[in-house]
Amino acid sequence: MKPAPFRYADPGTLDEVLTVLSSEGEGAKVLAGGQSLLPLLSMRLAAPATLVDINRVPGLDTVEATGDGVTVGALVRHNALLHDDAAARVQPLLARATANVAHPAIRNRGTTVGSIAHADPSGEMTSVLALTDGSVTVATPSGVETIGWRDLFVGPLETSIHGPAVVTSAYFPALPARSGTAFAEAARRKGDYAVCGGGVVVTLDADGRVAAVRAAYISVGLTPEVHDLTDAVVGQPADSADWAAAGELARTLVDPDTDLHASADYRRLLVGVLTERTLAEAAAEALGGMA
Amino acid sequence: MSTDTERTITLTVNGVPREATVPVRRLLSDALRHDLGLTGTHVGCEHGVCGACTVLVDGDPVRSCLMLAVQVHGHEVTTVEGLAHSDHQGGQVLHPVQEAFRECHALQCGFCTPGFLMTIAAGLEARDNSAELTEEEVDDMVGGNLCRCTGYANIKKAVHHAAEAMK
Amino acid sequence: MTTKLFGEPVRRREDARLIIGKGRYLDDIGHNALAAAFVRSPHAHARITAIDTDGALDVEGLVAIYTYEDLHGPMAEPLPVLIPHPQLHHPRTGYPLANGIVNHVGEPIVMVVATDRYIAEDAAERILVSYEELPVVVGVDAAREAANWVHEDVPTNVAAHHHQETGDVEAALAGSTRTMSFTQYIERSACTPMEGKGVHARWDADDSSLRVYTSTQASTSVRAAIAAKLELSLDKVEVIAPDVGGGFGVKIVHPWPEELLIPLAAIALGAEVKWTEDRREHFISSAHERQQRQEITVGYDDDGRISALDVHIWHDNGAYTPYGIIVPIVTATQLVGPYVIPTYRVRVESVYTNTVIVTPYRGAGRPQGCYAMERTMDRIADELDLDRAVVRERNLIQADQFPYDHHLTFQDGRPVIYDSGDYVGLMDKLKVLVGWPEASRLRDEAAARGKLLGVGMAMYVEGTGPGPYEGGHVQVLGSGKVLVSTGLTSQGQGHETAFAQIVASELGVPIEDIEVTTGDTRRFGYAVGTFASRAAVMSGNAIALAARGVKEKALRIAADVLEVDPGDLEIDEGLVQVKGTPGASIPLRTVAVLSNPLRYAFDEAAKQATQFAGPADDSKPPVAVGDAPGLEHVDYYSPIRSTFASGAHAAIVEIDPATWEIEIVKYAVVHDCGNVVNPMIVEGQVHGGVAQGVGGALYERMAYDSDGQLQNASFMDFLMPYASEIPDVVIDHQETPSPLNPLGIKGAGEAGVIPGTAAIASAIEDAVGRRISSMPISPTELYDLMRNDDSELTAAHARRSGTGAMA
Repeated sequence: MKPAPFRYADPGTLDEVLTVLSSEGEGAKVLAGGQSLLPLLSMRLAAPATLVDINRVPGLDTVEATGDGVTVGALVRHNALLHDDAAARVQPLLARATANVAHPAIRNRGTTVGSIAHADPSGEMTSVLALTDGSVTVATPSGVETIGWRDLFVGPLETSIHGPAVVTSAYFPALPARSGTAFAEAARRKGDYAVCGGGVVVTLDADGRVAAVRAAYISVGLTPEVHDLTDAVVGQPADSADWAAAGELARTLVDPDTDLHASADYRRLLVGVLTERTLAEAAAEALGGMA
Repeated sequence: MSTDTERTITLTVNGVPREATVPVRRLLSDALRHDLGLTGTHVGCEHGVCGACTVLVDGDPVRSCLMLAVQVHGHEVTTVEGLAHSDHQGGQVLHPVQEAFRECHALQCGFCTPGFLMTIAAGLEARDNSAELTEEEVDDMVGGNLCRCTGYANIKKAVHHAAEAMK
Repeated sequence: MTTKLFGEPVRRREDARLIIGKGRYLDDIGHNALAAAFVRSPHAHARITAIDTDGALDVEGLVAIYTYEDLHGPMAEPLPVLIPHPQLHHPRTGYPLANGIVNHVGEPIVMVVATDRYIAEDAAERILVSYEELPVVVGVDAAREAANWVHEDVPTNVAAHHHQETGDVEAALAGSTRTMSFTQYIERSACTPMEGKGVHARWDADDSSLRVYTSTQASTSVRAAIAAKLELSLDKVEVIAPDVGGGFGVKIVHPWPEELLIPLAAIALGAEVKWTEDRREHFISSAHERQQRQEITVGYDDDGRISALDVHIWHDNGAYTPYGIIVPIVTATQLVGPYVIPTYRVRVESVYTNTVIVTPYRGAGRPQGCYAMERTMDRIADELDLDRAVVRERNLIQADQFPYDHHLTFQDGRPVIYDSGDYVGLMDKLKVLVGWPEASRLRDEAAARGKLLGVGMAMYVEGTGPGPYEGGHVQVLGSGKVLVSTGLTSQGQGHETAFAQIVASELGVPIEDIEVTTGDTRRFGYAVGTFASRAAVMSGNAIALAARGVKEKALRIAADVLEVDPGDLEIDEGLVQVKGTPGASIPLRTVAVLSNPLRYAFDEAAKQATQFAGPADDSKPPVAVGDAPGLEHVDYYSPIRSTFASGAHAAIVEIDPATWEIEIVKYAVVHDCGNVVNPMIVEGQVHGGVAQGVGGALYERMAYDSDGQLQNASFMDFLMPYASEIPDVVIDHQETPSPLNPLGIKGAGEAGVIPGTAAIASAIEDAVGRRISSMPISPTELYDLMRNDDSELTAAHARRSGTGAMA
């Protein structure tokens, strides 16, 4: 298990990265953390002609948290985001989801933006981008563009980004007022890709009643998916809402597949259970925040 | 900017400046073992799951099979060979986690051991060792590495033992 | 005596190098060696129609390409059937490189040698092999139905029919108060050592000699195989097992194709050649174990006493049978466990499938046998509304029944006669350790927390330390250093330490002076290998006997010098001294110098020895008839039959009835391996075995699809447990010495894994009230079982329902 030959460049600026990507054409692949890419190379399941390593590009390793949201640079490692208190205050799902990404040694090297660009439907951060209604910023030779998550994820391991382009950051909007979040996974072994998992956001009205419920799931579809579960519980008091009903609703909205580790039905069961449990947790947090 | 198929890299390994000329596809694990002769880092799966190849890059544990050798150009790498330090009298002083592994019988075949030693050593050094070690912290230090021999009980015991010694 | 180290938790000597990165594993050797890679079959069953190597020829760095056409003489013949057996009526083995047909994904077809592994893989990728696909047989049921055949000349797919019986089972069943029949399954897992296999070979053209390093459990036999297959004189081949990164059985198989092909290439190319197996190769081209279909009928009375047991097993042996039918024989004969089974019949059909070969994996058929017997006990208890411990107790062999003859023939061809044991003692200890009487209360407490709790137990008896023999060599040097060697190999069991403890205790020398070498044919040429929990029993006793030989000679020489009777002497801390008389002594190292009449004064030891050298007796030759120069001794231990270790495990599981996730909250082990050389090491073996048992019960399986593709050939999808999946284990010990060997020991290597599947299945069944008849089991499968209206409810469930039990 050794990578096939490739050419390598590690440009020192974003412009150079784009120049190399342009000149190398279709066979070029961007390398950031490499924690998903390197196994594919070693198993020769991927054999790009050229790897363009962006790790030397300055300015991509910052996390910017404002009142509106959190911008995570393309070279921010999962562990850095996990421990970024300012980011967690603005959007607590970031740390909650990142804690579920693999194991610490992987989080030390793997990047949050890289895992989004990898578009793995079992990746935690893809679901958080979706749940928060986030977007990515992409640099191309013709300029910078912003792509919302709905337009970004096309299929498993496939995004809408083609040609010479680098995702330079991901933007996660802030949590709405009177909201709580939770994130949970069921995995066969701790640190494995989840058999099923996801995050939820519960938003309350000024009276502590449920105003909005959104949930995003991983490993249940071809791309990350977000479902609005508000109808099941809208207007109910947050401390006694029928979260099981929301879980039931969620089960009807997903269409998971069977694989080695779980049947489609089992995944649907987990969607219901995890939804019910995380909603109760998120609602309690939202209530706590209002107290 | 041009692309390369081979590069000469310079890096610091276990405190010593080293240089090697490697094909750009060479994995860091292979470069350490075969180009720099540091065979203490072991390769157990080459897809980032087992953790046997864990080394420290700039102080942080990473899987050396999931990095290219060219990516550590200009960086500092620590391998299991660099865990003990010299006593300046021709001998060496083992790191407390190495001592603990022996004391607690935390290894059998020893193949996964270097990876465990590196992640645990980094974990213990990064924390305030006057505080009581929690099981959650122990899980974080050992949870990403596979061992087929020990059943992990004595590895976890060794983490506590080492933490006690580092108080 | 200060040097009595037998039985002490001595810290391991091998750790000193392993914790500083100075171990020397296969891939650490020969960094300038050429590297081999293999083209392996992507199909489970196919005819090879063409091999086109042209595309690889212009890969820079390519050195050589080998196909079956390049193999000649014995190398062109099928690989050996290592352990033939009369009941293995259709043995089949592969070729070092496929000869026209491939029978499983991963079978080697082409070997590529290049300047490094990356380049070898580049070249291998460019070799085009054309295939005509053939029908595929996957799984024991498909093999049994025999709609398709793995080998065209084995039309039933049955390789062997193994049959043993201790009486007329049908009459005994007919005469039984009650009978019950059921069928259950157990799936494949694999050894999965952290280090795969690997071979390094170096040919010395000037000396016409070959040195081979291989990550093996049997270096002496690999040596013999290489000599035979490559037509070399045995004395021109040396084989060394370096530090080996775990074995668990897979490395006892030999010769692996690569163990012959790498030396072949080294000789042909006049260069060092190395192959290091990668993880994918290990999954698809080494060995697996454990899949069986078990059809069981048991006769018993109203008290739960078994009168007859009839077992019919369908055993998946994979594509070939190089290791004979050891695994199914072990299942057949160890199944009876610690119980009196008045009439027993076992029939095993060992069947071919188009999958990786099946050879011993730690436990080697015992986990399956234990699963059959222990689940039978659980079913009897359930049927009769008896405590599962009580049913077991009523059937246990009692302490006054030893030696106990089961009237079966073991895998070594010897009778299954249990040497010693205290099974009632095991059960008593287990119930205390796990808190068996508390189960009902624990169940209620868990129910209050919304969890389903269940307890389960399983007992086993394990034949360990089979012959035919091992040897030991002990030599005292003039420096005082004591060299110890045995041909048997080590894969992390701490042999260097345990054997040094034995020699230190037997010889009375400081352990620091002892150096132990294992698995190096340059040091010891006769050996069998490390398997079947035999190292401590076999080599331990052989080394003890060798040390006693050295001691006897040392006392004889010292007695001459000190002019006393040898019986008045003792050795302590390396000093031979007159018992009770301080001062009258001679260092053992000086005795070593004196033992050789030729002693040039190369060193201080030789000079000092001259003060003891008495006047020469001109009437006798310098070396007496029957004597030999040097203070050394070789001895062998060859047992009459195996020793039988035993144990009992219990598991408590908690299940989340919403997600069906299963957590082991307590795991208890009572373990009896006779006298213990090093309790720290034995406990480590138990821990490791239990972890593999948990893996086999809840996480690991080889997921073949119907095309024979192994779908989880990586550590991502083959779920070997991390620390997070392994429960804490509580252990209690019992020591029932074996009367069969000088040290009174029994083997301990495999014990921990044996009852895991049975005990955990029992606990899950207890928790959910539905019959568990297929293992391993995952949450998704448990969910399927629970919502399937056809799945069988246990009688205990019916009794409990209405009293708060769920599910």
